[in-house]
Amino acid sequence: MKLNKTLIALLISTSLLTACSDDKKPISAADTVKTGVGSVNGASTNGLNNAGVMNAQGLAGMNGMGEGSGEYNDPNSPQAKVIYFMIDSSDVQPDFVPVVNAHAQYLVANPSIHIILEGNSDERGSREYNVALGEQRARSVANMMKAQGVSDSQLQTVSYGEEKPAAMGSDESAWEQNRRVEIVYVR
Amino acid sequence: MNFFRLIFVCTVLGFNISSSYAELNIEIIGGAESALPVAIVPFASQGVPVDIRNIINADLERSGYFKMMAEQGMPSRPSTPAEVDFNSWKGVGQNYLTIGRVNNNGGQYSVEFQLLDVYKGEQLLGYQINSSAADLRKTAHTISDMIFEKLTGKKGVFSGRIAYITSNSLGNKKWTYQLQVADADGVNPQTIATSNEPIMSPSWSPDGRQMAYVSFERKRAAIYVQTLATGARTRVAEFAGINGAPAWSPDSTRLALTLSKDGSPDIYVLNLATRALTKITNSLAIDTEPTWSPDGNNIVFTSGRGGKPQLYMASSQGGNEQRITFTGDYNARASFSPDGKYLAMVHGNGNNYRIGVMDMASRAINVLTSGPTDESPSFAPNGTMILYASRKGGAGFLSAVSLDGKMQQKLVFNSGEVREPAWSPVP
Repeated sequence: MKLNKTLIALLISTSLLTACSDDKKPISAADTVKTGVGSVNGASTNGLNNAGVMNAQGLAGMNGMGEGSGEYNDPNSPQAKVIYFMIDSSDVQPDFVPVVNAHAQYLVANPSIHIILEGNSDERGSREYNVALGEQRARSVANMMKAQGVSDSQLQTVSYGEEKPAAMGSDESAWEQNRRVEIVYVR
Repeated sequence: MNFFRLIFVCTVLGFNISSSYAELNIEIIGGAESALPVAIVPFASQGVPVDIRNIINADLERSGYFKMMAEQGMPSRPSTPAEVDFNSWKGVGQNYLTIGRVNNNGGQYSVEFQLLDVYKGEQLLGYQINSSAADLRKTAHTISDMIFEKLTGKKGVFSGRIAYITSNSLGNKKWTYQLQVADADGVNPQTIATSNEPIMSPSWSPDGRQMAYVSFERKRAAIYVQTLATGARTRVAEFAGINGAPAWSPDSTRLALTLSKDGSPDIYVLNLATRALTKITNSLAIDTEPTWSPDGNNIVFTSGRGGKPQLYMASSQGGNEQRITFTGDYNARASFSPDGKYLAMVHGNGNNYRIGVMDMASRAINVLTSGPTDESPSFAPNGTMILYASRKGGAGFLSAVSLDGKMQQKLVFNSGEVREPAWSPVP
């Protein structure tokens, strides 16, 4: 590929361009024009902006969660709508069994009411694995509720993995608050 | 140890979302010890809207293969070969020199450059490239690719593109999520999908023209395939439960994906033309994050069947499942090198998640990064670098590391979370 020892020729001819480029494509204006993403931008409006309001309810932290107060029987209480989990686990901890049971009893008594169980994980590890982990948590709560007679049709599950953190930060306290299932009543 | 800090000012097109990706910092940490000294002389030009020289200089700098000469130390500013005094460039320790000119022909530009070997006193490359104003950056990246390939023997990746996900807080526990595509240097980010519900797992089609991704915009997971040029898209999977982790087959006809419609998450292959589904795995544990071997014969995936997430390999027809990672207590989210010789992964020990690369022949894992929250590795199309995501202080950013781990660079957006980078398989 020593093309010109005297350094005067600028190679312009297409054939030479093709011959000297190891990349088989000749460098031409056409190539440089068409490869941009220019028109991509118009794409995204289609159907993408209809994502609505979902987590309108406030979520409390863990304080008071395990005490079994009467609030658990009130599905309108924000405190009673989050089940927290241990790391890498989808087992409902004994502390939270009364919360799940309270909702289950309320749903059995009110068969026209529907809920969505939103599974979530902390930020550690890979994102899609965390989606799967969040779903196992949501299903685990759903199965407990079904065992108490809640109808399949009243329950929906979704997992957001680590995509919707309740607490920011990369410490044990944030992770604890993010490993959770949120019980969302559909209105 | 080199430490350079380059600031690019980018423009975000369209979308009134309070997007603040206006500035990207690239920090280069380390570099090859054998970096070649190269000088790129400012191109002779008048009224050209883009600084071609600075783009080429930054590209080559970021690659880690070159030690770029600062403009201030240059003995002269030649723009034609006749003006070059080789001895003066030898005197300042340069091995290679690039000179160039940009001619403005009424808004159409003609960019000419020559790559010169200072010691041999000869031309290695010389080209003229015609370019519209809008494509001048692209032209500069193309020149970077040509110089890179000439001097290293490897294909350049500077004219490629990257996709990634951003999220920004809207306050009150609400977020906005965007799927963006930018030039490989992070410039010209364009939003191709946006939602107030999560968007995840972008995957390029092998020809770089389409993108598969997961969107929760309908309050449930669904997989979409979008054509970049038109923005047209199709929802290809919306089964009950998880619809996740799409991965394009090397022949473009199928997507491997994760579905949990039958209970636990399993790997499936979806034929895009017929929509026929083939179930690849069938374990009671989590199986997810499929990736195809470049020959299309195998699918590597993450499975929790052994208790902790580890990587397994199956035939892409199903069957022949075998575990392939045995060191580290967490190995997940694998990504093959384009030649199939290496497998990048998230390699976790305790709370330290780093990027590891497995040599597929020896099955040995080499850990490339320092953690603690590194994820989503994606190979450059020439296989020399791995792009990945990290997080520090609540901010997500992208980094790149060379296959040997010696060269690292950090791409920092000035706000918001940036994650799940995917390097386009073609420029």
